[in-house]
Amino acid sequence: MSKFIGTKKKGQPAISTASLPDIVFMLLFFFMVTTHMRDKDQMVQVSLPSATEITKMTNKAMVDFIFVGAPLDKRFGSTPRIQLNESFASIQDIQLFKETAKESRDEAEWPLISTSLKVDQDVKMGLVTDIKQELRRIGALKVVYSTNQGVK
Amino acid sequence: MARKTKEGPGEINAGSMADIAFLLLIFFLVTTTMDTDAGILRQLPPPIPIDAPEPPKVKDRDVYVVLVNRNDQLLVEGELMDISELREGTKVFLTNPMKSENLPQKKLVTRGEVTEKIASFKSYLAAEPDNSSYKNGLKKWEKKLNTINLLGEYMELPGSAVISLRNDTETSYDMYIQVQNELTRAINELRDDLSVEKFGKKYSELDKAFPDEKKMIFAIRQVYPQRISEAEPNVTQTP
Repeated sequence: MSKFIGTKKKGQPAISTASLPDIVFMLLFFFMVTTHMRDKDQMVQVSLPSATEITKMTNKAMVDFIFVGAPLDKRFGSTPRIQLNESFASIQDIQLFKETAKESRDEAEWPLISTSLKVDQDVKMGLVTDIKQELRRIGALKVVYSTNQGVK
Repeated sequence: MARKTKEGPGEINAGSMADIAFLLLIFFLVTTTMDTDAGILRQLPPPIPIDAPEPPKVKDRDVYVVLVNRNDQLLVEGELMDISELREGTKVFLTNPMKSENLPQKKLVTRGEVTEKIASFKSYLAAEPDNSSYKNGLKKWEKKLNTINLLGEYMELPGSAVISLRNDTETSYDMYIQVQNELTRAINELRDDLSVEKFGKKYSELDKAFPDEKKMIFAIRQVYPQRISEAEPNVTQTP
C-alpha cells in the first residue's frame, strides 16, 4: 500500500498556478476599462430598436434617461410605464425630474443637457408623443432616441 | 525556523492573490454594464405659442409627406410605399435629379449674388448696428459664402423644403425609429457622396474638432440640410 502512494507522488508534478493571478488581473483590467458602473436599476422591460445612423453619446454625465416599457414586475400589469430615476412616473413628473437634474449641474453646462429616451420597441407612439410634447413644453429640446447598433 | 533565516527574509505566499483578483473581477462583472449609449439625435421644435400667427402656406411640392399608420404601413406623398424604398425616395426629393416640376425647385447660388447680399447687409448694419434681423441675414449669407468657397457654386434647396413625418398614436416605436433611420440615412449618404467628391473624405469622418473640417461640415450641411419636421400630434390623421 505504501508503495503505491509513493509512486503516485513522484509521477505528475502539480501545474504551476503562479501565472493565474496575472491572467485574472488582465481580465479584471479589461472589464474595468470597457464597462461602467450600473447606476440605475431598471424597473421596465426595454429592448431597444436598432438603427444604423446613430450618434454615440460621449458625455454621459449630461444625459438624463427616461425609460419606457412594460414593468418587469408582472404585478404592475403589462401596460407600458414611464420610469424616472428608480420609480414609476407619469407624464407630469417629467418636469420636476428635468428641473432637479438641471439644478444638480453647473449653469454653464445647461445647454449641453440632453434627454435619452430608452423606449421599448413595442411601445406605441401615443405615449412617446406625449413625452415628446412634455419635453417641448418644458424646453428640453435635445433628445436622443436610444437604439442599438443595427446592420446596414 | 533556523532554516528560514539562512535563506533570507522568505517569500510572501502569493497563492491567495488569484482569489483576491477573482473576487474583484466578479465584483466588477456584477456592478458594471457594457452598454454604450447611442441613438438617433434629434432637436425638438420649440413649443408654439397659442397666439402665434398661422404659418405661411408651403407649396405642396416642397413638402415630402411621410405618414405611418396604425398598422405600421407607410404612405409617402399619397402612395403606399415599402420602407426599403423610402431612402431612394428621400434622395430623389432632396436632389431632384430630373428637374421635375413636382419636386422642390433647386436654385443655383452664385458668388456674385452672395457677395452683393453680404455687402448690402453690412451697410444696413452700419446704419442700425442692433437690428437682429439684419444680423441674422448677414450670418445666413456668410454661411453661403463659406459653402461657395469650399464647394463652388451650388444648387440650393428652397428654404421651405422639408420632410414632414407624421405618425398615428398606434404606430409602433420600432417602426417610427426605422423611418427616422431611413430618412437620416438618405441625408447622410448624400452628404457622404458630396464630401468624398469634394474633399476625398466621408462626411461622417469629418471631425468638428479641427477648424477647417468644421467649415467643411457646415458647407455640406448647407447643401443638404437635415430638415425633418414632426407634425403636431393634434393634426395627425390616419391615412
